[in-house]
Amino acid sequence: MENLISGIAILTQWQVIAALIIGSVGGVIIGALPGVGAAVAIAILLPATFAFEPIVGLTLLLGIYGSSMYGGAIPAILINTPGTAVNALTTYDGYPLTKRGEGHRALSLAYSASFFGGIFSIVCLIFLSPVLAWVAPHFGSREIFLAAFMGILLVILAHRGQTFSAAMLAFFGIFLSTVGLEPVKYTKRFTFDQTWLASGVDLIVVVLGLFAISQALLLLVDKDHAPGEARVRGSIFAGLKELLGLKRIATVSSSLGVVMGMVPGTGEFTSQFLSYTYAQKTSKDPDKFGDGSPEGLVASEAANNAVPGAAMIPLLALGIPGEALTAMMLSVFYVHNVIPGPQLFVDQLDFVMALYMSLILLNVIVLVFLLFSTNLLLKIIQIPTRFLGIMILTLSFVGVFSLRNSITDCAIAAGFGVFGLILKRLDLPIVPIILGMVLGGIMEVKLRSAMAKVKTPLDFIDRPIAAILFAMILCIIALHVRTLVQEHRDRRRPQPTGDGDTTQQG
Amino acid sequence: MIAKTLQDTFRRYRRPGDIVYATLFFAFALFLLSQIGVETKVVKRTKWFAQPSLWPMIAILGMVIFSGLHLLSSALSPRIPGRWKEVGFWLQSLEYVAYFLIYVVAVPWLGYLPSTMLFAAFLAVRAGFRSSATVCIALVFGAVVAVVFRALLQVNIPAGRLYEVLPEATRVFALTYL
Repeated sequence: MENLISGIAILTQWQVIAALIIGSVGGVIIGALPGVGAAVAIAILLPATFAFEPIVGLTLLLGIYGSSMYGGAIPAILINTPGTAVNALTTYDGYPLTKRGEGHRALSLAYSASFFGGIFSIVCLIFLSPVLAWVAPHFGSREIFLAAFMGILLVILAHRGQTFSAAMLAFFGIFLSTVGLEPVKYTKRFTFDQTWLASGVDLIVVVLGLFAISQALLLLVDKDHAPGEARVRGSIFAGLKELLGLKRIATVSSSLGVVMGMVPGTGEFTSQFLSYTYAQKTSKDPDKFGDGSPEGLVASEAANNAVPGAAMIPLLALGIPGEALTAMMLSVFYVHNVIPGPQLFVDQLDFVMALYMSLILLNVIVLVFLLFSTNLLLKIIQIPTRFLGIMILTLSFVGVFSLRNSITDCAIAAGFGVFGLILKRLDLPIVPIILGMVLGGIMEVKLRSAMAKVKTPLDFIDRPIAAILFAMILCIIALHVRTLVQEHRDRRRPQPTGDGDTTQQG
Repeated sequence: MIAKTLQDTFRRYRRPGDIVYATLFFAFALFLLSQIGVETKVVKRTKWFAQPSLWPMIAILGMVIFSGLHLLSSALSPRIPGRWKEVGFWLQSLEYVAYFLIYVVAVPWLGYLPSTMLFAAFLAVRAGFRSSATVCIALVFGAVVAVVFRALLQVNIPAGRLYEVLPEATRVFALTYL
């Protein structure tokens, strides 16, 4: 109770409230702009937040993270263009509803499903807190090493059909984390006798290059286009009640979002895939899916909005980010010397409480904002894509240069920008690089400290949590091998249609 | 039909230029592998898990193995036309990288506000926006960014050397806020 009151006190600071409002509203606008997305915005704003108190910086970034998917549903439903990648599935049922003149119904369903998913995940987070506070201190070096290893494994295997490229990029990320002067034996690693490489490759520089500069270059070099015009007619409140009739779908989808959000490396896409499949299989009207099914729309939006809250669980409890956005947030913690992990729940529970409450508030702010400003947002998103590119490139400079006023950092970020552009053009994943960098560093430190107490290999898994994690790793590998064998058998059977341009990899 | 469409949403497609990227990455991984003896050290009286060369070795071996497999799968897949056109697209982005780096070098000299306004306006013209209204919007955008980040958020960006020649009254203001 004391922590709750202390958490409320933290939340009532004007800087936190301002960050919450700016983050939530800004996140909706950023999400609604096709071609920007939360990752770009968070990467740009990250260095600016280092000057703030940790709670202010995190609230701002969480606001953007949690609200961007709400905004992304607007162009997905009204103009068949997802605002963020995770809203792609929303176009399937949202746009057909718009074509039938029910855009307002689709939007209100999407908003209410998103709100339900967001709140559901935070409630789960709150109820899980005592369990986390109890379990987290049992995570020693070897457990954190195994959890980080599982994160790398999952992020590689989650990229179905692109496992090789995801693996090589994850290893590239691990390699990047090793460059520079290592802090234990003080030897240089891959510095090529260059002074600018001695301090290593900064995560923020890589993140800004891969997410923000690459997106700016992509928008500037590609053909210019602006999203089509659209306007919502009819009451946007109409569909709010409709969600009550779809509470089973909303609850299951949100639960899948929470579970997938907690598991490192999986996230929105897997939860959407599972919940959409579940909704379709259990629907009385499965043929309507893809042609304006309210159930499909609710499944998609509830699942993706449940992820941000759940993604905070491994970050707060273990200091292990599950995807790129939480990896970026981890750097905010480190800059302020707040180390997320088991001790956070013991020493700074009020801080954790304040974060939970800010997550709830951001969902309320976003819902109220959207119910009254959808038509205004539709005008804002008319910005031509090339102009967006100019804006992102200009803002990227602040992010990189403000770190340590280094022209070299800007050149490295630009290099990663070109690399990110190539990856985006080839539809290859960027996230494994970031997770490789963050989790690679964690694995190196934790293995070193864990092995000091280990005499035989079996000692590594002689504690219950370590043994469970090890068993889970073995299960993940076994399941993947089983899936590969099944796919191989399926491929050997004659198929009516070919799909020669997809790369099927193991 | 719907199930197929849903699967399509989550399926990734190989695109033109994949083999060029795969070859370059594999060559880069091999280069790193060739340098591992020179660029990392094996420290005496230190166990294997604490060796500074352990993690670079793991990372580079992973890069070599998986980029080799990626290259192999790309080479064995049917060729998609438009490989060099795609490479041309990648190279086109270098033009904007050059503008960005000129802007980076210009900021400590010209100052954040003037260089950001000029950069945004120049990019607008280069990107094909020729109307004076759009150029004005770009100038205003540049000014707003500079004021928000340097004056309001006090982000760490040095003052321009050009500000030193400004009249006394405006010099201190410019050095602090612009």
